[in-house]
Amino acid sequence: MSVKSEPITINLGPQHPSTHGVFRMRVTFDGETIIDLEPIFGYLHRGSEKLAEERTYTQIVTLTDRMDYVSSMLNNQGYILALEKLANIEPKPRGVWLRMIASELQRIASHLVAIGFLIQDLGAWGTPLTYAMREREKILQMFEMLCGARITNSYLRPGGVFMDAPVQFWDALSEFTQNFPSEIEELEKLLSSNEIIFSRTKGVATLTAEQALNASITGPILRSTGVDWDLRKSDPYDYYDQIKFNVPTHTAGDNYARYILRVQEMKESLSIVKQCVERIEPGPIRPHHDEVPNLVKPPIGDCYSAIEGSKGELGFYLVSDGSISPYRWHVRSSSLINLTLLKEMLVGTLFGDLFVTFGSIDINMGEVDR
Amino acid sequence: MLGIGLIKGLSVTFKNLFTPIFTIQYPDKKVGLLAYSKHINKSIFQILKENPKIFLMGIIGMVTIPVKIDQFPRFRGNEFVWYDDRCTACASCAKYCPLGIIEIVTHPAGENMQAGENYAIDKFDIDTGRCMFCGLCVEACPYDALHMGTDFERGNYSRVNLVLDKETLTSQDKNPSSWFRPQFESNEYNPWEESMSNSKDAGRHEKPSYQKIKEKWVNKRKTDG
Repeated sequence: MSVKSEPITINLGPQHPSTHGVFRMRVTFDGETIIDLEPIFGYLHRGSEKLAEERTYTQIVTLTDRMDYVSSMLNNQGYILALEKLANIEPKPRGVWLRMIASELQRIASHLVAIGFLIQDLGAWGTPLTYAMREREKILQMFEMLCGARITNSYLRPGGVFMDAPVQFWDALSEFTQNFPSEIEELEKLLSSNEIIFSRTKGVATLTAEQALNASITGPILRSTGVDWDLRKSDPYDYYDQIKFNVPTHTAGDNYARYILRVQEMKESLSIVKQCVERIEPGPIRPHHDEVPNLVKPPIGDCYSAIEGSKGELGFYLVSDGSISPYRWHVRSSSLINLTLLKEMLVGTLFGDLFVTFGSIDINMGEVDR
Repeated sequence: MLGIGLIKGLSVTFKNLFTPIFTIQYPDKKVGLLAYSKHINKSIFQILKENPKIFLMGIIGMVTIPVKIDQFPRFRGNEFVWYDDRCTACASCAKYCPLGIIEIVTHPAGENMQAGENYAIDKFDIDTGRCMFCGLCVEACPYDALHMGTDFERGNYSRVNLVLDKETLTSQDKNPSSWFRPQFESNEYNPWEESMSNSKDAGRHEKPSYQKIKEKWVNKRKTDG
């Protein structure tokens, strides 16, 4: 006796709690197996790139906060680097060290969110997410000491940062760098050898290095396929060429490799923070107003500058027509480009693996739609 | 062996069962009778006499007291602190605001126009309903007249009430945050304990008087020939 079956198309999102924002997918199932998938985005489009055309260069820093709202320091850094390249601004050393410390802390915070929500998507409701958020809270409090805000920082300015770090920040930072290794160890003890996580993530949604390179995927997803590509190492910006750190890679390219890679990257980021604290010296944090005025007017031209964001290559393209606001501002957002291989990853897997893969890609809808 | 990883993980959660709670109860927390009497500054017998119901609730630890979370001094708060006698109505803040929510209307009033101090301010509106608290207006202010505030519990039922006008800004308590004001941090000023009503304390430099400006720019040049 045979049962007649036919594929069924289901709409997922945009208001689905597991899609990490307002993301919509049109998924076709055969039973429980995915046979087709079409990502649809644009539900969080706020027109940041167009808004920037009528704002001054310093005001755009506030727009970058709202793109990838779990790693706003890194967005600030990427934008400011592009602006410094365009306007030939020489940054002050203390400002650069401070923004390196801030952006590495932000990378840790972003990876903690990624891991926490990946495990949450696996079905471990609450517990690992709470541990991850507990650590992230300490970082956000340090950001509040630095710049008065936890998420929308706007800490960086052309040529450095807007204000020097207070004394209590250094105390909190030294306490954090002391305690954080044991917290990672705890998180790893909880998760990295768990059989349920093994069976749900190992060998699921595998990518090869060739596929990832052809789709210009960057960040932890590319490194999990075995490609040693990190812009901090291969095209150093700020003072990353003076810092010793490793770029962890994995060869499996599956969900578990992406998870374990993020854990290792957090350890590397912590060692970068420690080295920055050792190297930082007193001095001015940003150029004087006579050198870099509030209204920056870059010469006519264009530039592209990219940093290694928490989710991949975060690039900013600026075109200047010599006025106080850019003629065009474009963002190469890593989340959007990392989503392009979603279909290749997921066709052939089961329905339950869909959201796990989604968590392991670690997208942020604010950055996808901008 | 299958299951070892699970037991390892469970040992972590078991350990965390006995660690102190790190979440904060907000806006109220449940306390016992002793903490409640300390909070309202009355003895236990007074509470028993005045309100026996609360006394009974206090015995089982079910009375609530409000919790106020202290932020760090640079916290960019929901209200702005504005000193009208420091302000010269230059409208730098209005020009620097990315959203254009500061509205300033002035008229020339006075005899010392060149000293830059005699523009009378008719209107100084900040629409905090549209504000994103980036603090760029505070950074732009050359005379330290505008500061970020430290308050954050300002819920309202109407959008109109979110507009801070000149009267509100001058009459409300002034607890400026030390965001972009390094002189506050060196003085170890704590906005949650003391308010700063005197505008002279708030600035890096005082606004020069008409006499001083005249001395510097007019009389000195005359002597220079």
